[in-house]
Amino acid sequence: MLALVPGVLFSYFVQKIPEIGSGRVLFESTPWVPALGVSLGFRLDGLSLLFALLITGIGVLIFVYASSYLKGDRYLDRFFGFLLLFMSAMLGLVLSNNVILLFIFWELTSISSYFLIGFHNRDEESRRSALTALSITGLGGLLLLAGLIWAGNLAGSYSIGDMLNHAEVIRQSAYYPVILILFLAGAFTKSAQFPFHFWLPGAMKAPTPVSAYLHSATMVKAGIFILARFTPVLGGTALWQWALMGVGGFTMLYASVLSLAKRDLKGVLAYSTISALGVLTFLLGLGTDYAVVAACVFLLAHALYKAPLFLVTGIIDHETGTRDLTRLSGLGKALWPAALAGGLAALSAAGMPLTFGFIGKDLIYEATLHYESGWAWYLTALAIVTNVGLVAAGFLAGFKPFTGKVQEEFRHLHLPPALLWVPALVLALLGVVFGLFPGWAGAWLTEPAVKSIFQQYVPVQLKIWHGFNTVLILSLATLTAGIIIYLINTPRFRKSEFITVLERIRPGVVFGWLFIRTKQFAAAYTNFFHDGYLRSYIIKIILFAEALLIYELYRGGPFSVDFSKLSPVRFYDVGIVFILVGALYKTLKTSSRLTAVVCMSIIGYAICLLFVTYSAPDLAMTQFTIDTLTVVLFVLVLYRLPPFLKVRNVKIMVRDAAISILFGGLLAVICLRVLLEPTRYNISDFYAKYAYTLGKGRNVVNVILVDFRGFDTMFEIVVLSVAAIGVYSLLKLRLKASEKE
Amino acid sequence: MRSTILQTASQYLLPILLLFSFFLLIRGHYSPGGGFVGGLVASIAFVLHSFANGVESTMRIIRYKPMSLIPIGLGLSTASMLLPLFFGKPVMTSLWVPEQLPVFGSVGTTLFFDVGVYLLVVGVVLTILFTISLFSE
Repeated sequence: MLALVPGVLFSYFVQKIPEIGSGRVLFESTPWVPALGVSLGFRLDGLSLLFALLITGIGVLIFVYASSYLKGDRYLDRFFGFLLLFMSAMLGLVLSNNVILLFIFWELTSISSYFLIGFHNRDEESRRSALTALSITGLGGLLLLAGLIWAGNLAGSYSIGDMLNHAEVIRQSAYYPVILILFLAGAFTKSAQFPFHFWLPGAMKAPTPVSAYLHSATMVKAGIFILARFTPVLGGTALWQWALMGVGGFTMLYASVLSLAKRDLKGVLAYSTISALGVLTFLLGLGTDYAVVAACVFLLAHALYKAPLFLVTGIIDHETGTRDLTRLSGLGKALWPAALAGGLAALSAAGMPLTFGFIGKDLIYEATLHYESGWAWYLTALAIVTNVGLVAAGFLAGFKPFTGKVQEEFRHLHLPPALLWVPALVLALLGVVFGLFPGWAGAWLTEPAVKSIFQQYVPVQLKIWHGFNTVLILSLATLTAGIIIYLINTPRFRKSEFITVLERIRPGVVFGWLFIRTKQFAAAYTNFFHDGYLRSYIIKIILFAEALLIYELYRGGPFSVDFSKLSPVRFYDVGIVFILVGALYKTLKTSSRLTAVVCMSIIGYAICLLFVTYSAPDLAMTQFTIDTLTVVLFVLVLYRLPPFLKVRNVKIMVRDAAISILFGGLLAVICLRVLLEPTRYNISDFYAKYAYTLGKGRNVVNVILVDFRGFDTMFEIVVLSVAAIGVYSLLKLRLKASEKE
Repeated sequence: MRSTILQTASQYLLPILLLFSFFLLIRGHYSPGGGFVGGLVASIAFVLHSFANGVESTMRIIRYKPMSLIPIGLGLSTASMLLPLFFGKPVMTSLWVPEQLPVFGSVGTTLFFDVGVYLLVVGVVLTILFTISLFSE
């Protein structure tokens, strides 16, 4: 039933194809935070449409598949909630026309994918990989935000449309390299490029429908999406080319070789996905017409073969309970629809002629061969080696489990429900249909996407048959080599020296170490500042305040106070001070808590008297009531407190005395310093003048509280409420707990 | 700590103190007083009563949990803060009833704001004190 949601969205986007295909861009915008230039602006152009179709289209099938795959799971409703959230975030990301909005959706995809990857939250491994994925993509997201804001400030607007118009300003700015690096950090972490790739294999702990959705068409392609989206803004420079080609090229080669060494089916798919992402990054880095067309076609082809491969893996896992490649074989008979889907997808992955993958592969070679520099052949060689690996990995995932002899333990397998294998078959067949009729996909899906990457029209004509040329020979050679590698890919190769060395270059180790260190630091920091003793909190707060005050006084420079100008000391002031000092002495001296509390309140009342004599009746009244209530509060909890202990330790006494005297002294100095402030800043004149005319009240204090500074009061009463609720819930909970005992 | 004198006195002091706190609240705009102090005095009145007669009997007089005063007060203040929006004015602009009323003087949104503060303070103080005193017993 829930599949209707993506289904309806999908048909909506399908119906937009002709309009967008004819070159139009649709806009929709509502102001959101106009003060910060953030609007709920959406744009639907060729690039967004391609992604939106993938997200919703594959989304439908994933929803159908997951309803059967996770049938009977206790938290199925929760799962679909997260999946819907993720899908909406992805859609928002590809459709947004405002970079801040884009960032919000970007983070939403990170967070919702965290819940999806860690869905089996009882498994510690699963929780950890979810956290790794979140921290890596979250870190990248923060850097991306910095880049987006910087670029937005240079362009003078956060709208993507405006940024496209001001691309020159950004590219010629002195800060361009920094902005670019921030951008790439975001894109590379999300799209699992070396050295940030390691979160992706870890994320394979997710339920298979999630892996299929996140890694074939959505989450990891978000990085590719922003690279493509900002190509017209940031692209085309040497730095851009070298960064993308370097990182993408290395990633695609590295991951493609490693994918062959995996025993876990999902591991193979994870590394071949990383490799495919590397290819996409590499192609966007090349940046020629051919390369961008190839990127768009390969993006579609990859989604169409990688998703069914994941789904088929899920079926195998679901039916046999294992994903170990060394144990799986001969399942083709029992699981024939899955075998059919897997086989077709593997053929497309291998780039067999008549599949869509073939067209994608051809275009990649075209792109590298047409690159105008001496590097063309090296790049082609790189692409060939990568593709040979991808071919073999595709066969490993799509053929290996279904061929060969049937294992004894899997003899009793029977056909899984149709809901499981239909989605995989639909996608795999689509890959073939697009391969047979590439013209349609080229004209309606790829061409508008390429147009929005280049911001100008580039004709795209996809054909099955290009004639007998170099590209075809290379393609066939790749296929042959891939099949040979697949056939000789024995366990011996997996354990070879070469693979162990590659496995050892694991940036994951470094990040893991950093991660643990960060956690240790956080723990130490927290333990130092939150030791749970009220007295130590108070000391820290006061020390900090003292440091700030001393700094401010020091910055203000030396000053002198003219004591003769102060008002004369009156005899009742002396009396009050006398009471104060007496009460203070008794507080320090007494050994009874009750006496100490009473003496403290005497100090408070004496201060009230001072307020009265200096004509501050409002303050005096408030202080008086507050003091009364404080005493009541103290008396209430007195019985709960441990018996009064005299502080015997002289060191502690001296320390506390020093801190207190310093604080008191500082406050006294500040009071004197205030007298020196020039009177033109005197704000009390303003209040006194306008209290009646604007606030209609004669009591200035109250007018300030409820009118001039009403917001302050508002927040203060909110704080009060929170405090009361806190006390209430803390004590009530403890009361209930003790009643239970 | 039950004393007959205090018990009898508190019976009479409670209404008088409450009246006084209300007086403080109303006159706040012109002379010393206001919602905050008023609320504190009112809560002291209840606390005094609870000291003499026990928290349970004071709770019986109030009938409702003091905690329910917190949302009421907060809501009243928020409402009076947002009211100007309906008249097309910025938040917290004070609005006034044109005529002077007996006893109250000018009545405006700030008065309601202050009444909100008053109720909230009573609610907060009584919630904290009563919870703690029930806990200590």
